[in-house]
Amino acid sequence: MAMLLTMDRVSMRFGEVQALKNVSLGVSRGEFVALVGPNGSGKTTLLRAMHGLLRHRGARTVGTEAGRQAMVFQRPFVMRLTVRNNLRLALWLAGVPRAQWDERVGAALQRVALHGLEQRPARALSGGQQQRLALARAWAVQPALLFLDEPTASLDPTAKREVEALLAGFVADGMTLVMSTHNLGQAKRLASRVVYLEDGEIHADLPTAEFFNGRLQGRAQQFLKGEMAWTIE
Amino acid sequence: MNDFAESVRTAVDLIFHADPKLLHTVALSLSVSGTACLVAAGFGLAGGAWLAVAQFPGHRLAVLGLNTLLALPSVVVGLVVYLLLSRSGPLGHWGILFTPAAMVIAQTVLVLPVIAALTRQLVGDSLRDGGDQLLSMGARPITCALLMLVHDRWAVLTILIAAFGRAIAEVGAVMVVGGNIDGVTRVMTTSIALETSKGDLPLAMALGLVLLGVVAVVNMLLGVAQRGHGSALAGVR
Repeated sequence: MAMLLTMDRVSMRFGEVQALKNVSLGVSRGEFVALVGPNGSGKTTLLRAMHGLLRHRGARTVGTEAGRQAMVFQRPFVMRLTVRNNLRLALWLAGVPRAQWDERVGAALQRVALHGLEQRPARALSGGQQQRLALARAWAVQPALLFLDEPTASLDPTAKREVEALLAGFVADGMTLVMSTHNLGQAKRLASRVVYLEDGEIHADLPTAEFFNGRLQGRAQQFLKGEMAWTIE
Repeated sequence: MNDFAESVRTAVDLIFHADPKLLHTVALSLSVSGTACLVAAGFGLAGGAWLAVAQFPGHRLAVLGLNTLLALPSVVVGLVVYLLLSRSGPLGHWGILFTPAAMVIAQTVLVLPVIAALTRQLVGDSLRDGGDQLLSMGARPITCALLMLVHDRWAVLTILIAAFGRAIAEVGAVMVVGGNIDGVTRVMTTSIALETSKGDLPLAMALGLVLLGVVAVVNMLLGVAQRGHGSALAGVR
């Protein structure tokens, strides 16, 4: 499979804190990679570095077939504009020709079941709807690679299920996803590969079935034992 | 009748008799301060937004300097602009000293730091909230900053109202560069200063009340626009 993104010996420091230590990771087309680990393990930092939002040591190589990238954050930021104009803004920034805007806006809202709310102020939407709008905004620019930073962390169970269903649909569409999550159950349900981070280092990088088959060693296994009971749903 | 009651009666008389001299003074005040705010808004909003994302050596010093200029005394601004525009000054050939144009320049200089400093703070705070999202969508830093002006447009309007209030209420700068010439450069604040120096305190107070009334009407109109927007966003977080 074509490699879309490669991070090679990436290190990152915030003052005294070493957020990432020589992290090497590749993402191939069609994968759904879940980054898991305890708080402060470096998941979000790695995700932002992979998206190119942070300066870091080491190499970040974007594959020739990578195409567009997009990112959805834990707390969705939507502009104080209508739902439609939030999407049009994303298309404008992505350089999508104006002639395609209306069609893409309609398709994206249909995709996340927000059609009919085009003229609503985006900030008047519920938390779950705002996260779906953020997903629609990402989907509208048709990224080859989508980064998601704990996209369901602040949502209620219903909204969480809706977002998970959308993500599964994105993968079925052929999109490549990299998602950080605290929720091991979510990683098990959705991801094709799980990467376990702790103290800014990768301790395990395995296909999902192998990650959860009980043969993990060391800190990853301890984390799995400690967290699984709480987070699997 | 005490001075305050008499000044209220005088203010009411001035307004209801539509005193032409008063109307001219009010119109000049509004046009000078309004124009100054528009010009300062053009530079201040762009400059403040730029300063929120710019990275250069001495950036902190620039921000400190800008914030210090918030306390710029209006008389000092008037004096500097006077020296620039006076016949022997570097811009003396413009020949605009003691004209409304000079007053616009002075008030622009006065309110520019207010608009720029508050805009920088506003945009900076908003970027901490959504800057990464806009960057991830492909916006350059300056585009992010300018988009935040759209995002926070009602807060921007509040900044402009504050700047307009500072401009229309100041007396030092317009007095120095305008000269308080009757029918030419006399605005409400210089009229108040003149009547006070003549000892006509009720008239001075009445003019002060009219000034407050004019500013209240302007704020009310902007407030109606904001409330209209607010009701359209009922329940918005």
